Amino acid sequence: MATTAISTPAYGAEYHGEHTGLWSWLTTVDHKRIGILYLYTALGFFIFGGLEALLIRAQLGAPNQHLVSAEFYNQLFTMHGTTMIFLVIMPLSAVFFNFLIPLQIGARDVAFPRLNAFSYWVYLFGGLFITIPIFFAVAPNGGWFGYAPLTAKAYSPGLNIDFWVIGLQILGVSSLAAGFNFLTTIINLRAPGMTLMRMPMFTWMGFIVQVMIVLAFPVLTIALVFVLFDRFFGTNFYNTVTAGADPLLWQHLFWIFGHPEVYILVLPAFGLVSEVIPVYSKKPLFGYPVMVYSGILIAVLGFGVWAHHMFAVGMGPIADTFFGLTTMLIAIPTGVKIFNWIATMAQGALRFTTAMLFGISLVALFTIGGISGIMHSSPPADLQQTDTYFIVAHFHYVLFGGSMMGIFAGIYHYYPKMFGRLMDERLGKIHFWLMFIAMNLTFFPMHFSGMLGMPRRIYTYDAGQGWDLFNAMSTTGAMIFPIAMLFFIYNFFKSRKSGEIAGSNPWGAGTLEWTIPSPPPEYNFAKIPDVTSRYPLWEGKEADHQSARINVQENKTAHELGIVIPYGTIKPLFVALGMVIMFSGLIWTKALIAVGAATMIFSLYSWLLSPLEPEHH
Amino acid sequence: MSATVVHTSAPAHHHYTTLGLDSRKVAIWAFIGSECMLFVSLISTYLIYKGRSVIGPLPHEAWTDPTTGQVFKPILNIPVTSASTFVLLMSSLFMVLALAAVQNKELPKRTRGERILGNSKLWLWMTAIAGTTFLGFQAYEFTSFVHEGLTIRRNLFGSTFFTLTGFHGAHVTAGVLWLVTLLAIDYRRGLTSKDSLLVDISALYWHFVDVIWIVIFTLVYLIK
Repeated sequence: MATTAISTPAYGAEYHGEHTGLWSWLTTVDHKRIGILYLYTALGFFIFGGLEALLIRAQLGAPNQHLVSAEFYNQLFTMHGTTMIFLVIMPLSAVFFNFLIPLQIGARDVAFPRLNAFSYWVYLFGGLFITIPIFFAVAPNGGWFGYAPLTAKAYSPGLNIDFWVIGLQILGVSSLAAGFNFLTTIINLRAPGMTLMRMPMFTWMGFIVQVMIVLAFPVLTIALVFVLFDRFFGTNFYNTVTAGADPLLWQHLFWIFGHPEVYILVLPAFGLVSEVIPVYSKKPLFGYPVMVYSGILIAVLGFGVWAHHMFAVGMGPIADTFFGLTTMLIAIPTGVKIFNWIATMAQGALRFTTAMLFGISLVALFTIGGISGIMHSSPPADLQQTDTYFIVAHFHYVLFGGSMMGIFAGIYHYYPKMFGRLMDERLGKIHFWLMFIAMNLTFFPMHFSGMLGMPRRIYTYDAGQGWDLFNAMSTTGAMIFPIAMLFFIYNFFKSRKSGEIAGSNPWGAGTLEWTIPSPPPEYNFAKIPDVTSRYPLWEGKEADHQSARINVQENKTAHELGIVIPYGTIKPLFVALGMVIMFSGLIWTKALIAVGAATMIFSLYSWLLSPLEPEHH
Repeated sequence: MSATVVHTSAPAHHHYTTLGLDSRKVAIWAFIGSECMLFVSLISTYLIYKGRSVIGPLPHEAWTDPTTGQVFKPILNIPVTSASTFVLLMSSLFMVLALAAVQNKELPKRTRGERILGNSKLWLWMTAIAGTTFLGFQAYEFTSFVHEGLTIRRNLFGSTFFTLTGFHGAHVTAGVLWLVTLLAIDYRRGLTSKDSLLVDISALYWHFVDVIWIVIFTLVYLIK
């Protein structure tokens, strides 16, 4: 274990002041506590989405099985995708946006603390809204992409699609509210001297992701509004039977959102790894400006590649060529990042902590997913691969090998900052290796089953098509995940109680969040730091060191320091609750719409007309 | 840098910000950027489906029902909508005057003209009334279209038209509610120059909604 525990007093698991108990969590507007709420909730949904995946893999473990019904199977793969994308990876990224961005830029909180709480509660209630139906076998069943016209009332008359449309609409509100909040925070709450080109790479990637969220989610909102209107009011947006509408409109709108969404899912993990790798290499990030520019380029190009999801619909040679080329182009900035991480590690004093192992595995596994992505950027190749397990293999290497591995790197790296104690490295490494093996054993054989023609989303298959062995391997691999997760969960809770005391900077990192105690006091920085470099603790000037000396020692209450802390408030929760009740009225009874809207508007006015924080004296 | 912050909002104490701007002003611009994509999606859909309706009524052309022989006139009433567009454009002028009145609240008013220009309640009322008048025109338009046989389910034009202009109308409605809220504050405790930001961000939103209408009016009504 390569950690240097600094003997500082334990600050205890709880934050300072009167903030304990259930009520304090319901009313909190502290970005750090909201981050922790996101963490527990998203890990809960991760386990749930994982169990759905296990059922899918059990069903496909051998030919001609009937463990679950075909109808329920459709709900399983739809909810697995929806859960992992909207309820797990995005919120797990939000954990770090919440917890880290204010700390990395030297701010006392986000720009709008109550809006931040609102985002979380909308996420929680929206997540439950879209998840609970599976217990009644009425979960969404049209795939996470919900292609038209399958989602039309004529072909999906049940409530399943209604839950999906309305649930995603609710979750979109959460993402957008958080997007405005973090965008404003990064633009406007940076400490003196924290110029854009001194921001830590995670904050940079977070910044780019918020811009993408703010621009991409409204398109999904409108695409879903059309589905909603088609289903509830009988409009003609996607319904081919009447009126000459074009169901491909859905695919265009959905992927104009959906492809930026892929980068919304993966860039935060890139940011985390860009924090992790320099720390355990004891070297500043290689090519910082190029990392920034390539991130921006990925975002820009990410809005121009959507139709590579649609090569099979027959858009014609010009469109196919254009989208094939832009897709190949996007590999350049992505490749630059990979090379920069490797160059950061080159000749560094490497420490293979759990976080570092997860970080390096991202570099390796995402490269595999990226390369298979370039394979189907070519339309003729894509026609062979689309809708097969090859694509499933590709995006699991990107989203599990990329996003989730990066997020686990972030969890192990930042756990001591969040909770004041170190996670157990031995258990962590067991978790890593089990997960690494499980990941590759599950998803690598899918390349082969896909190349041999196994379609996605099929309920079962006949023996003798050459798929049996690969499916058996995938299912075996999948069964290792829960074992790996048991090690993680045990480690997580054990370390919470009895982990080694971390101190302010257990890893010897260089950025601002490591200049303050672990866990940070509610005001974060006793003195707003003066920043003169990208790594104030590594290469900062006297001003940096002076701020760091003050901030690392302060263990006073906000009151003693004369720092104004926002009031806790339950109102954002009620606005969120009212909104979800209002939306759910579309499914149950119209009276709920009125009740929900009244709750929402009343709570919203009450929130807006009450002061954020005490008057300063 | 914090010394140059002109704090325009209600809290009395200063918060350091990087740009020296209140965060709400930054956020409203982010919000407007996002709203652009919302309307771009709606307007694009309208344009993609333009001319693809299988049955009438149609926006700019007459249509005869082949089974009944019933003739549907071109449905858009451009003179009436020009009037409502004019009203909405005027509302932006009133909004500018309302903001100026709040910003210059403490300046001495010597002449009758200065007193009128400095009356924030008057201009907020004028803006809200103009917005409501626009909504009244829209309600009249929607009702008369339905009477003429164009519903949201009737054809692609109906679906895209009602959804696009309905979304815009919903935005105007939200804007009017916002203005009424500002008026309530003005009556309760009086808006002062310290409240400029509150009026400023609502004005940005209002002008944005107005600009979107100019785009819609041009693309939907004027271009055949």
